[in-house]
Amino acid sequence: MELSGAEIVVQCLKDEGVDVVFGYPGGAVLHIYDAIFKQDDVQHVLVRHEQGAVHAADGFARSTGKAGVALVTSGPGATNAVTGIATAYMDSIPMVVLTGQVASPFIGSDAFQEVDTVGITRPCVKHNFLIKRVEDIAETFKKAFYIATSGRPGPVVVDIPKDITDPNIKIPYAYPDKIKMRSYNPVTKGHMGQIRRAMDLMLEARRPVIYTGGGVVLGDADQELIELVRKLNFPITSTLMGLGAYPSSDRLFLGMLGMHGTYEANMAMHESDLIIAIGARFDDRVTGHVEKFCPGAKIVHVDVDPSSIAKNVRVDVPIVGPVRSVLKDMLKALGEHKKRPMAEAINDWWGQIDRWRGMHCLRYDRNSSVIKPQYVIETLHKVTNGDAIVCSDVGQHQMFAAQFYGFDKPRRWINSGGLGTMGFGLPSAMGCKVAHPDKDVAVVTGEGSIQMCIQELATCKQYDLPLKIILLNNGYLGMVRQWQEFFYDSRYSHSYVEALPDFVQLTQSYGHVGMRVEKPGDVEGAMKEAFAMKDRLVFLDIVIDPGENVYPMIEAGKGHHEMYLSPESELV
Amino acid sequence: MRHIISILMENEAGALSRVAGLFSARGYNIESLTVAPTEDTSLSRMTLVTNGSEEIVEQITKQLNKLIDVVKLVELTEGPHIEREMMLIKLKAERAHRAEITSLVEIFRGRIIDVTDTSYIVEMTGSVSKLDAFIEAVHEDLVVEVVRTGPSGIARGPKSLGV
Ligand SMILES: Cc1cc2nc3c(=O)[nH]c(=O)nc-3n(C[C@H](O)[C@H](O)[C@H](O)COP(=O)(O)OP(=O)(O)OC[C@H]3O[C@@H](n4cnc5c(N)ncnc54)[C@H](O)[C@@H]3O)c2cc1C
Ligand SMILES: Cc1ncc(C[n+]2csc(CCOP(=O)(O)OP(=O)(O)O)c2C)c(N)n1
Ligand SMILES: [Mg+2]
Repeated sequence: MELSGAEIVVQCLKDEGVDVVFGYPGGAVLHIYDAIFKQDDVQHVLVRHEQGAVHAADGFARSTGKAGVALVTSGPGATNAVTGIATAYMDSIPMVVLTGQVASPFIGSDAFQEVDTVGITRPCVKHNFLIKRVEDIAETFKKAFYIATSGRPGPVVVDIPKDITDPNIKIPYAYPDKIKMRSYNPVTKGHMGQIRRAMDLMLEARRPVIYTGGGVVLGDADQELIELVRKLNFPITSTLMGLGAYPSSDRLFLGMLGMHGTYEANMAMHESDLIIAIGARFDDRVTGHVEKFCPGAKIVHVDVDPSSIAKNVRVDVPIVGPVRSVLKDMLKALGEHKKRPMAEAINDWWGQIDRWRGMHCLRYDRNSSVIKPQYVIETLHKVTNGDAIVCSDVGQHQMFAAQFYGFDKPRRWINSGGLGTMGFGLPSAMGCKVAHPDKDVAVVTGEGSIQMCIQELATCKQYDLPLKIILLNNGYLGMVRQWQEFFYDSRYSHSYVEALPDFVQLTQSYGHVGMRVEKPGDVEGAMKEAFAMKDRLVFLDIVIDPGENVYPMIEAGKGHHEMYLSPESELV
Repeated sequence: MRHIISILMENEAGALSRVAGLFSARGYNIESLTVAPTEDTSLSRMTLVTNGSEEIVEQITKQLNKLIDVVKLVELTEGPHIEREMMLIKLKAERAHRAEITSLVEIFRGRIIDVTDTSYIVEMTGSVSKLDAFIEAVHEDLVVEVVRTGPSGIARGPKSLGV
């Protein structure tokens, strides 16, 4: 088969099993767009801003586990994509971003729409490539997808100079079925000796806590995790990124830990004698002050990336390997072990944890005459039977969604944790909806965040993506306002979002349905109505209590036992 | 603590900037860095000298290993190894000083490779401390210009860092 470079690009995507690309055209990628036009296998979704394309590819990846693909032009196309790439990088999301580049002879001459894309993206990609010859396209694509999806996943950028895609130069094409790289061989199995050592500690522990993270979701190890946790009867807590891998509604689940984690999860971490960290990276939002972190605990850490281990805290038993295989081996080690968990000690431990649970740290005022954000999220759970894919923006609404939706399955909670990118919610939801046309996909957002990528409402119209947008409208950059209230004596410097648009009219002008909800009694009805409109995008502008804060909260640099608690919570 | 890391990496455009970028992005020190192709033209060999606590150097080696272009690396300072650095040093060499300089160069087993009426260029290889010692030994007023490569290193014994 003889193909041009542009045709090879598209054919590689087909051969890689990619059926949708999110993109935006421009000069450097016009040959590729022409090749896209001439075929029907790879669908292209035209976004309205390149950041949206990358977030959409990201949402696609998070909700399916497959690599998302974005296509942008050189120069401003590539720079607009950077926020999306960095977002995916921080959360280890598999993604391939194709960027156009000026023709090879012009590289380095400050040509029109030239930027050093490989240089700009280097610190926020797992790897990147600049293709130098047409003959290299196929192998580079194979490598790009392999690198993006294996080991610790991450975004890979492939920069393609325009002359490489010249429609008049045709060469024989074959897509490699396998790729072997001498310089890249991710670990596929944990060390059995280490796993046994970990099991020894687990079966001696009196106050163990399992602390899981995004790695369990990324590594599709939820079933193995559930089996292990139930066999051990150990308490389990999760980071923001791992929510849903273990069912939130289960008795053994303590809720999220960290800065806005539950009282019981953070206290259990603080008092624990053994932390079993699985696919989590001891982020500073989780550990708080590292010197005060889990003072009495030994630490077992399972991670596929050796550099995550012992990066922020010392680790007693490191296990490098993919979670799924390591958890299987742990189950095996447990089965073969002479000992069983310390039933009596674990029972006492549960007694202590249940007393902490009695604090009801997530309690809020249910009789309020203004709409409480927590209530909106609980209602969202109710109306969607807890089964929606929930995409969030960044801010207080994100924390309320994390705390109150109660995710029971993985890949249902889609949010930017590591970079905390406002503007992520709507475009990532487009990617989820494209991947799961039959599922309810909700966007939980704030009036600040939604305006950072609101142009994507047009994309939703063009491709009939009936998202349900739940705007928790507090009229503030709420998370900023909360910090200013707590730590800057309520000096609300530039955290008030003035001159808000009329979101109902705005939504309508894009051809969607908009509704404003102002009373607690109307929330459920409006939400039911919205979800009943199966083929329409509905934007619910929900006016919430502007002064509501996210509790519990650990101030940056404090220990897990030093939490601000909500005025409603109490130890009973 | 001073550490020498020897790295074998794909001889790709941009490989060097990945290493340099990693150090600046993560705030690690680079004291010196040498890089050149090896007997296998698809590979280049880099010797990197850095400073830091054990924990930092552990992170550095993990992060370097994570770079896709890095094939293998070894921390030379962990075992017996040989380090050599080359220096080209230009000295003021008026008649009156020539004998003294020449004998110093001999003691340090250097070579005078360029001579003019008023100057010498001395080539010298050795450990970092030997080169330092030579510079110390020459009167500082005589030193015109110093060019050093930074050390490159190799582990002792039959084992090699290869693919
Ligand atoms: C406003 C705001 C508030 C926040 N508050 C909190 C908070 O209160 N609590 C909280 O937890 N977070 C919070 N975060 C998120 C926080 O910033 C981090 O993103 C998050 O804690 C990191 O989660 P993680 O440790 O699960 O790591 P992830 O970023 O999900 O990393 C996954 C880890 O698993 C590893 N891994 C990946 N795949 C595999 C595999 N197959 N096998 C084994 N290992 C694998 C990776 O190498 C990595 O180390 C907040 C973010 C924002 C924006
Ligand atoms: C792109 C970007 N800019 C700035 C921030 C800092 N920031 C974090 S939360 C937040 C406020 C978000 O406001 P809103 O979307 O209204 O959500 P709320 O907190 O009110 O629920 C800001 C400005 C960010 N995370 N991302
Ligand atoms: Mg707000």
